[in-house]
Amino acid sequence: MTDLFSKFDPIIDQRDTLLRTGLTDPFNLVMERVESPTVAICNGRRTILLGTYNYMGMTFDSEVVAAGKKALDEFGSGTTGSRVLNGTYAGHRACEDALKEFYAMDHAMVFSTGYQANLGVISTIAGKEDYIVLDIDSHASIYDGCALGNAQIVPFRHNDIEALERRLKRIPEGAGKLVVLEGVYSMLGDIAPLKDMVAVSRANGAMVLVDEAHSMGFIGEHGRGVAEAQGVIDDVDFIIGTFSKSVGTVGGFCVSNHPKFEILRLVCRPYVFTASLPPSVVATAATSIRKLMDSADKRAHLWENSKRLHAGLRQLGFTLGTDEPQSAIIAVIMPDLEKGAAMWEALLNEGLYVNLARPPATPAGMTLLRCSLCALHSEEQVGEILGMFAAAGRATGCIS
Amino acid sequence: MPDRQQTLSKVLELIEPFNKKGVAVSESTRFAQDLEWDSLTVLDFVANIEDEFDVLISMNLQAEIESVGQLADALEKLQA
Repeated sequence: MTDLFSKFDPIIDQRDTLLRTGLTDPFNLVMERVESPTVAICNGRRTILLGTYNYMGMTFDSEVVAAGKKALDEFGSGTTGSRVLNGTYAGHRACEDALKEFYAMDHAMVFSTGYQANLGVISTIAGKEDYIVLDIDSHASIYDGCALGNAQIVPFRHNDIEALERRLKRIPEGAGKLVVLEGVYSMLGDIAPLKDMVAVSRANGAMVLVDEAHSMGFIGEHGRGVAEAQGVIDDVDFIIGTFSKSVGTVGGFCVSNHPKFEILRLVCRPYVFTASLPPSVVATAATSIRKLMDSADKRAHLWENSKRLHAGLRQLGFTLGTDEPQSAIIAVIMPDLEKGAAMWEALLNEGLYVNLARPPATPAGMTLLRCSLCALHSEEQVGEILGMFAAAGRATGCIS
Repeated sequence: MPDRQQTLSKVLELIEPFNKKGVAVSESTRFAQDLEWDSLTVLDFVANIEDEFDVLISMNLQAEIESVGQLADALEKLQA
């Protein structure tokens, strides 16, 4: 018998080698208690959280939590069914209404996760004769959406407007075209030149889908994302988003002005063949989304945090993923996985949690310590964070 | 239209910057097994090939191309 698991041997070996050095497993951390959006207890120690997607700090908002408790009492723990059968409650509709208002768009469709939103929309709207042109650094959920469907898949070099244009022009006349972009690319925290890319896409007859998972609530005047900030949101056909970042719970969605959009509810398999979100989740999401509409002060503070951390880390001598802070994500580039894991553990011992990111999730085989800021990180916490980076960086030899 | 030999030598030239193992490349060299390219290297390389030959090589088509010779054949077909 061939052991089907033998294909995983290289990664098992790599992991064993890393753990044999005595390092804490960076992919097996347990948060024993969570005190707030910015602080948890890990290994019995009070730890500042700098590696969550809780950008707007909504997870402990009292109105959000109260809405969830009320829905749990009034509608029970789960729907036990698909959105198209018994799984659409008043709360699911209310959540979609909140999204339509947030984005000022005609249609909104809530999926059970952000991953499923990409999987569902991409695989369904692009058929066998159609072409999907996507950025090479696209998230796994976008690639998996492509793999689930039957379209021709054409990647182009990251954020390269001309590379996108050349590929669009090479597509045979008459074929359907979907361009898939992200507002913020989550590994390095860089943003896309959406203004030019959306214009090039439209000029070449393509529909445009933008994943704004990491920008919602934060970037753009109304927090609608990079497409809003760059003034092209009206030319974007589909925006994909998630509740598991700024919104502070779990779930995914697509908003659109396409007049036939609602038909997706019947033809999109990752929407139909899965259970809908629990009532408490859609209630917390709807409450949070409505509060995010009016969060200009928090957005301004989050930008301040991002700028300060970026400048501070740079001053300490770390190499960062972007020259300027472009989002709430600051990626610290590590020389290799061993050094990255050592630095990650040293930071944890200092009382700071960041994400250790490595290939294949990262571009160009990079090992990253990914820091994501929260609007509720105080000025003092950002100062503490920089102190911890200085100490851990010197202890591990990452900086001098 | 360039002949197959020209296509092949251009392909070989574009492989070199990614040939980190210094493998001696021939028509039968396989990208995954022999050159040990990961998926990201493949994407970078294909982008260069596409721009050089002004063609589209979708990921669907890539899945059918295992060796250098097969790539040269596919490029001949795409340019025909």
